[in-house]
Amino acid sequence: MERKIRVLISKPGLDGHDRGAKVVARALRDAGMEVIYTGLHQTAEMIVEAAIQEDVDVVGLSLLSGAHMTLFVDVTKLLKDKGMDDILVIGGGIIPERDVPKLKKAGINGVFGPGTPCEDIVEFIKKNVKR
Amino acid sequence: MFKEKYIDEIKKKKKDWEKNIYAKYLKNHPERKKEFTNLSNTKIKPLYSPDDISHLDYLKDIGFPAEFPFLRGVHATMYRGRFWTFRMFSGFGSAEETNKRYKYLLDHGETGLSVAFDYPTLYGHDTDHPLSRGEFGKCGVAISSLKDMEILFKDIPIDKVTTSMTINGPAAVVWGFYIANAENRGISKDVIGGTIQNDILKEYIAQKSWIFPPEPSMRLIVDTFEYGFKHVPKWNTISISGYHIREAGSTAVQELAFTVGDGVEYVKWAMKRGLDIDKFTPRLSFFFNAHNDFFEEIAKYRAARRIWAKELKKLGAKKSRSMFMRFHTQTAGCSLTAQQPEINIARVTLQGLAAVLGGTQSLHTNSMDEALALPSEKAARIALRTQQIIAEESGVTDTVDPLGGSYYIEWLTDKMEEETYKYWDRVEKLGGVLPAIEKGFYQREIANAAYKYQKDIDEKKRIFVGVNEYKMDEPIEIPILEMDEKGEERQINRLKKLRKNRNNQKYERTLKALRKAAEGDENLMPYILDCVHAYATLGETCQVLRDVFGEYEEPAIY
Repeated sequence: MERKIRVLISKPGLDGHDRGAKVVARALRDAGMEVIYTGLHQTAEMIVEAAIQEDVDVVGLSLLSGAHMTLFVDVTKLLKDKGMDDILVIGGGIIPERDVPKLKKAGINGVFGPGTPCEDIVEFIKKNVKR
Repeated sequence: MFKEKYIDEIKKKKKDWEKNIYAKYLKNHPERKKEFTNLSNTKIKPLYSPDDISHLDYLKDIGFPAEFPFLRGVHATMYRGRFWTFRMFSGFGSAEETNKRYKYLLDHGETGLSVAFDYPTLYGHDTDHPLSRGEFGKCGVAISSLKDMEILFKDIPIDKVTTSMTINGPAAVVWGFYIANAENRGISKDVIGGTIQNDILKEYIAQKSWIFPPEPSMRLIVDTFEYGFKHVPKWNTISISGYHIREAGSTAVQELAFTVGDGVEYVKWAMKRGLDIDKFTPRLSFFFNAHNDFFEEIAKYRAARRIWAKELKKLGAKKSRSMFMRFHTQTAGCSLTAQQPEINIARVTLQGLAAVLGGTQSLHTNSMDEALALPSEKAARIALRTQQIIAEESGVTDTVDPLGGSYYIEWLTDKMEEETYKYWDRVEKLGGVLPAIEKGFYQREIANAAYKYQKDIDEKKRIFVGVNEYKMDEPIEIPILEMDEKGEERQINRLKKLRKNRNNQKYERTLKALRKAAEGDENLMPYILDCVHAYATLGETCQVLRDVFGEYEEPAIY
């Protein structure tokens, strides 16, 4: 039997807006993936530790506070330091267009703003998962 | 409202109409959808007529403005007397930048202020706390001490303009900053007016910026109620909020039921303390969302007023002022699109209009760029102008509750009230509001509604203009707010200087006294004010309370 894609959905930092994270978590689960949701208020260390423990293929980060340039990048840096850059990292939230290229350069493979159909995220993961 | 015989006649005639006119027409002209439902998934009929509201008694259930049950409005003249307060929620970066924005908005006809704080402030952390990393000024202004509050309101007449502050976990401390700043400027506590959100129940339910567990949080809130009516009589010591419940994905009915239910819960806690219901309830205020379904929103505000009045009467309120619900409204942030951002102006206009037709006391209209970032100056000005157009040009302000008596509106108002009581029965069965929170009841209800809404959009069961229909394949181009890069450094330096220069003996003494009081059961507001006056920072003051009360943790469910 083929191994299911394993995804960690997480909320870095202090932001409490968890509507999007929860909706995406459910949509990925309904699309047949194994989803682990860390809940709120995670540091980069906590997220990377959970990614290791849960042996995930994908990390999904959600942030609506505007702190993505710092907090998303903290996670990809730490993953790289641990030699885990084969994990696909995606992010979503209130993210202005001008930040998208910078985030991609920093290792966020996919950035999904408001209005993204869940199907697009599912397809992106299936197509780009590295492991 | 109508004579029984006449209703029978209408019913008979309606049946004929349904058979001979409507059904016949349908044969050749089918409707756009098999079933029409509003955002709470209530089925909407093709036509409403007197028989749909024949069970209502005008004098008992609808009545006159400024009289029980306040369905038609809380003031006799409503907007014929004065418009609602144009109150734009704003805050970003440093206190200096936000102070400038406030002056800009006041210059352009804003009539009340509303402070958005950044995440560290919302969690009671100073800007230099490790968990504040990356968050400084991002989704609101950073306020770590009385010094920052002084700058935030510099040259703003806080004896004349009222200020609403969206702050919950550390509300008592931030309110302390505001009071202390007024006192230092020689403005009496009797004079200042405004609101602290201070609604922790909806934080556990939806917005998720809490500090302490429920019991000590409720104690702090009742402390502010008591201190407020005794010493700061023009202050609304709570703004019981449905806004965030709705933004987290609830339906309109859930927003209504959970919010007014929270309101009743606060009243019960304050009464348990022994506070006189007619003394503290006049300072309770509410805050609702204005989402897309126009009539549903209007019905929601009207139902909220009637339910609140009835419940307060049941709880023993005698004065009319204790029973009437005043509320602020903000248009729905979650309804804005990042795609074709300019079309958000049209959405906000409709939503703002619904709030006004629902009788709001105060309104924030969102800016078109808010699905992308905090609003730019121009976007905020256009949003403010939108309110001014509704107020000055549309004519809807010339009479009180212009939609009162509409068969559809009255039917829907009543229906939403009925649905609210059904939710309350479910909460009661779980043991009440706090047990329902602990059991994840509200959180699950909201997550389910949010997922259904997303699926409806993904499957095109609902059209979202610019998102799943009428799309354009072009890049999103809109100017994005630029913040002062030096703001964070400047504020951290200010904190360092403050810690070095303050009277440390006084500072230590006041924090020690607060700790002791927190361990007992005295009202904490006077102690908090002493700490604030001694220039204890937000983080330091909240840390004392964290030590005594502990912190809340939520189980992660989706």
